[in-house]
Amino acid sequence: MSLTESQSLRVVVYEGEGSDAMNAEARFDTMTSLLEDGFAVTRTNGRQAVAPADRTSLLVLGRFPDGQAPSFDSGSDQAEVSVANIDQQEPAAITDMVRAKRESLAAFDHGAWKPWFPVIDYDRCTNCMQCLSFCLFGVYGVDDDNKLQVQNNDSCKTNCPACSRVCPEAAIMFPKYRTGPINGDRVNAADLNREKMKIDISSLLGGDVYQMLRDRSEKAKSRFSKERNPDKALNERKKCLTKLAKAGDIPEEVLMSLPEPDEIQRRAEEAAAKAEAAIEANAKNN
Amino acid sequence: MANDTRVLFCNCTYAQVVPQSTKEGVLRKLCESEVSFDAVADLCEMSARNDPALKRLADEGPVKVVACFPRAVKWLFSAGQAPLNREQTQVINMRTDSVEEASAALFADELTPNLPEDNRPPLAGSETKETS
Ligand code: SF4
Ligand code: SF4
Repeated sequence: MSLTESQSLRVVVYEGEGSDAMNAEARFDTMTSLLEDGFAVTRTNGRQAVAPADRTSLLVLGRFPDGQAPSFDSGSDQAEVSVANIDQQEPAAITDMVRAKRESLAAFDHGAWKPWFPVIDYDRCTNCMQCLSFCLFGVYGVDDDNKLQVQNNDSCKTNCPACSRVCPEAAIMFPKYRTGPINGDRVNAADLNREKMKIDISSLLGGDVYQMLRDRSEKAKSRFSKERNPDKALNERKKCLTKLAKAGDIPEEVLMSLPEPDEIQRRAEEAAAKAEAAIEANAKNN
Repeated sequence: MANDTRVLFCNCTYAQVVPQSTKEGVLRKLCESEVSFDAVADLCEMSARNDPALKRLADEGPVKVVACFPRAVKWLFSAGQAPLNREQTQVINMRTDSVEEASAALFADELTPNLPEDNRPPLAGSETKETS
C-alpha cells in the first residue's frame, strides 16, 4: 500500500461528562506513550474546540464509572467509533490495547518509515527544475501545469539534503534537518549566496556531480578488477566520495548505494529530459 | 485562551530536532491545564501520507500549532493538501523557544498569526525576482 493510501486511527482521551478525569501525571504518561507509538491523540473535556471528526476511525478512551460508557456520536457517518474503558490501566497497557485495535483495523503502522522528504516553499520556488534534473531517485516530477512537485516522498534517501543544495532559491526544506534555512528557518541573503557557492563547489568537482561520481566509480572499478581486492576497491571508492559527501552533506551510505555508472547515466539523462520538457512547456505558456 | 481556538501539538516523534526537554515540558503544561487539544506524533509523516486528518486539523477556525519553524509548518500542511488559514494560525516553534516562551504563547488569550506571507515570485523565464 502506498503512503498516501493508508488509513489511520485517531485516539480520543475523553474526560467529559460520563467519564472521570485523569490526574495530570497519568494523562501526560498516557499521551506520551501513545504519541511515541505514532498515534494521533485528542484530549477533550468537552469544554473547548478540538478538530472535528472525519472519516478516520475513532477509538474513545475514558475512565467510565462502573464500566458504563456514555454513547458517542462522532458527528460523521463515515467514522467507525469504538470505546474502551481505561480505568486502572497503566499507560503501556493502554498503548498495547490501542496497537491491537490498529492492527485489527489494518490501519497505518507508524514508524516503519522515517519521514524524510523535500518540502517545497512555493513562495520562493521559481520552477527552474534544477532539483528535478539533479535527483536520481524520481522524487520530483511536475503536475499537469508543469509546476514542480514532490511526487514520491518515500523514494527520498533518508538524511540526504543534497537537492536543497542545488536549489538556487533555498526553496527546498527538510524540516528534520539540523540547520537553517533547510530546516525551515528564515532565508536571508547570506543563505542564498551560500547556496550558490555550493553549486559552484559541485562545478569545481567536475562540472557535473554525477559525471564525477561516474568517473570515480569507474576508476574504483578498474582498480578492483586489477587488484581483485574488494576491500581495497571499496575503500578507494569511499575515499573518493568523502569529498563529495562533505560538499553536499550527503550521507556516505547514500553515495555508496548509488547504482552502477551506466544506470546513473540513464537516470540522470531521464531526469534532465523531464526537466527540459517542463522548462520548455513553461516558456511556451509564459 | 479563547474557547474557539484549537491547539495542535506535534511530538516530532521520528527525529531528535526538537529538544526532548522542550516537547516534554510543553506537553506536560498542556496535560496539567484544562485545555482540550489535539496531539499528533509527527506532522511530517502525516504530510507525507496526505493524511486526511491534516485537513480536519487545518480546516476549522483559529489554531495554535506547537511544532517547529512556521515556514516548514505552512508548507507541510500545503504539501498534505490541507493549507492553513494565514489569518487564523499561530505557529509556536519548539526548536527555538524555551518551555516558558512556548507555554506563554500557547496559553495567551490572543492568537498572533505568524505564517509567512504568500509572496509567489514570478516563474523562471519571466522577469527576475527580488531576493528577500
Ligand atoms: S531547484 Fe528550487 S527553485 Fe528550482 S524548481 Fe526546484 S525547488 Fe524550485
Ligand atoms: S512539523 Fe516540525 S516538529 Fe513536527 S514532526 Fe515535522 S519537523 Fe518535527
